[in-house]
Amino acid sequence: MTKRTRNWLLLAPAGAWFLVMLIIPLTVVFIFSFGERAPSGGVVLAFSFEQYSNLPARWAAFKNTMTLAPIGTLLALLIAYPLAYFLAVKVSPKWKIILLVLVIVPFWTSILIRSYAWIFLLGGRGIPALLDMIGIEGVRLINTPFAVLVGIIYGYLPLMVFPIFVSLDKLDKRLLEASSDLGAKSWQTFLQITLPMSIPGIATGCMLVFILLMGEYLIPAMLGGGKVFFVGNALVDLFLQSRNWAYGSAVAVTLVVVMLITVTVYMRLISRLGASREDVSIM
Amino acid sequence: MKLYAVCVYLFLYIPIGIIALFSFNAGRHASQMQGFSVKWYGKTLSNPFVMDALENSLIVAFTSALCASVFGTMAAVALQGIKGPMRTAFDMLIYIAVMIPGIVIGIATLIGLVTVFDQLNPLLALLWPEGFTPPKLRMGMGSLIAAHTMFLMALVVIIVRARLAGMDRSLIEASSDLYATPMATFRQVTLPMIFPAILAGFLLSFTFSFDDFIIAFFVAGSETTLPIYVFSSIRRGVTPEINAIGTMVLGVSLLLLITAQLLLQRGGHKSR
Repeated sequence: MTKRTRNWLLLAPAGAWFLVMLIIPLTVVFIFSFGERAPSGGVVLAFSFEQYSNLPARWAAFKNTMTLAPIGTLLALLIAYPLAYFLAVKVSPKWKIILLVLVIVPFWTSILIRSYAWIFLLGGRGIPALLDMIGIEGVRLINTPFAVLVGIIYGYLPLMVFPIFVSLDKLDKRLLEASSDLGAKSWQTFLQITLPMSIPGIATGCMLVFILLMGEYLIPAMLGGGKVFFVGNALVDLFLQSRNWAYGSAVAVTLVVVMLITVTVYMRLISRLGASREDVSIM
Repeated sequence: MKLYAVCVYLFLYIPIGIIALFSFNAGRHASQMQGFSVKWYGKTLSNPFVMDALENSLIVAFTSALCASVFGTMAAVALQGIKGPMRTAFDMLIYIAVMIPGIVIGIATLIGLVTVFDQLNPLLALLWPEGFTPPKLRMGMGSLIAAHTMFLMALVVIIVRARLAGMDRSLIEASSDLYATPMATFRQVTLPMIFPAILAGFLLSFTFSFDDFIIAFFVAGSETTLPIYVFSSIRRGVTPEINAIGTMVLGVSLLLLITAQLLLQRGGHKSR
């Protein structure tokens, strides 16, 4: 058996699996998005843009996703950064790994159970009841955009901390010492050395969180109570309740396209930012 | 700074802690602690719906993690030795599998498989010998395992490849200089070195599959997995039973994660 044949045989199962379970299904979605709804609930194949021209009917879902996803990402970044900085720069190596694992572990546990915890906390007998006791009455937290944002931050904070930690951990600590030896104040050191050096980590973290948020369903479904809904919720409604496959496919294709465009533009911006930084450092 | 870190850790762990605390609630109300008891665990474990969903979840998680580890490792090993369009194609597939939102994978699998099954079922009925009921392809455990395996394969390839890339090539060269066959080299040199990564990949895959809700929601047909059961009972109202299930699920995930973490670390140290 030649090396070539062996490699082909090793790749065959994975390749076949990707073809049947990824490429064919995605192609079906793409084809169906140009089809028309059959009276029986299926799809009549066609080549029309009717489904796409109906997209404005689900505008609210896209609008919510495209506002709450960036806001959630930004808030997660603001909360994650100081923690990542603390872990990378201030903590002794012995504790570093333990504390880092403690941050990451929740991300790998069921997001369903973790969002459920917030239904509990934000619901009528949770935090609002506590506020009631200190005299602030009538606060409603559950089923608001605020609740969805809390769920988002809670769910995705670990994913934001990790890449920022990695980029800050690689930072040569002698640079910080040199900076303060040369008389820079600590905020100057931060703005001119630490922050620029951590931009790759920030960029990765934001992108990971943002991509996952674009397809989010559970958090708005559980904490938004049907009032705050994302594209994911519209998709569940279209495929599992109203069974409008053609229109649902068009929404799904649009979601993926919007995601790809956002990510591409974002990558361009980041690489330009990186390039201009190099110019500065050369000077 | 330290205080801030403590606050973030509290933010991360208080909600989980409260779930765990209330799972030991003696009272019937979900939000009032009325003494300590493990009765909800007993109730949960004797609820046939929960046990059925748990069994399904375990079967799906074990099978798909196993398939993903085997096929993913095979692909990762092969990808190390090839360049050119095949390599690019696989890199693309893995990128797509990881990038596309889970919900879109669920939808695509649902309508893709239903469409294919609609074509195949009449064909099967035609081909089947007279007098026997022909099998009917439908959405269920099989389709769910297939969908999870697809996604998890990509995850395993990424993990195992990272390990292979960090491996000392000279060991493999030494092995073949000493006239070991490629198979012997693989079994006695490569496999022991990447084994911790494969096992970690298996455990992460198991955890992911066990916790997955969104793909299962679309693909599981009429079958119920544990996350689907929990989701629908939350819809019906908060009960202490969910706290007990949640605490057990979190406990199992934590155990698997810590094992995976230790394996990845030990594997990492060995190579240095």
